[in-house]
Amino acid sequence: MHPITTVHYLALSAALLLIGTVGVLTRRNIVVILMSIELILNAVNINLIVFSRIWHNMDGQIFAIFVITDAVAEAAVGLGILIALFRNKETVLADEIDLLKW
Amino acid sequence: MLIDTVLFYMFAALVLGGGVLTITRRNAVHSAISLIVSLLGVAGLYLLQQAEFLFAVQIVLYVGGIMVLFLFVIMLVNLDLAAKERQFNKQWLVALAAVAAVAAEIGYFIYRGKDAFHIAEPATMALAPPALGNTEMLADTLFSEYLLPFEIASILLLVAVVGAVVMAKKRI
Repeated sequence: MHPITTVHYLALSAALLLIGTVGVLTRRNIVVILMSIELILNAVNINLIVFSRIWHNMDGQIFAIFVITDAVAEAAVGLGILIALFRNKETVLADEIDLLKW
Repeated sequence: MLIDTVLFYMFAALVLGGGVLTITRRNAVHSAISLIVSLLGVAGLYLLQQAEFLFAVQIVLYVGGIMVLFLFVIMLVNLDLAAKERQFNKQWLVALAAVAAVAAEIGYFIYRGKDAFHIAEPATMALAPPALGNTEMLADTLFSEYLLPFEIASILLLVAVVGAVVMAKKRI
């Protein structure tokens, strides 16, 4: 059995990024779209942690903390927008919110 | 080293399986539970990479904070109607293009083999274990070198708090 190298982690992170991208592009439910964004951010974090480990450098972990901070802010504001949207339009499906589409 | 390999594949299965279930489930609560499984798998990977502080942050903040927020909103917003509708929109072509692009990229790197990743393997793999703990080293760097970004992040969080309240409140 091969030992686990950095490449394994990079491939895993690329796969997770792909899953998140497909979720963002194809789902209609806004809640699930926001969850897919969390998947994408986690894929980025895996990369940062792995490179931080192999270069014996703390910068990657610091940036992972900043990415998590961003994820928190994004989730809070996004879900607030979602609640406002649901109150006004009574829908959570992304393609039914087409007021600006002519 | 065997236990590392086994643990990696176990956590990788958790991450990818949870991710796939997250984007395919019809019920949003099921999606959220799957996402929690995926995030716990990522936390396990952090532990394998000796990032103990981020392991704790991942569980406390992501699973305990963000996912509870998601579940709250799922309960607040009535999703029963949405669950009966078509779940996927008509952009599968764009998604297919994105998947194909990244798949081609990964395929190219696998084809190139080890040469493509010479940057990824450090020259000195076996260094002495660091004298300080992970959390101490992280705090040292965060509060000296990255002090200004840290303060900017605090302002970002303040803006997010205000924005979330403004968005979600009916009358201010």
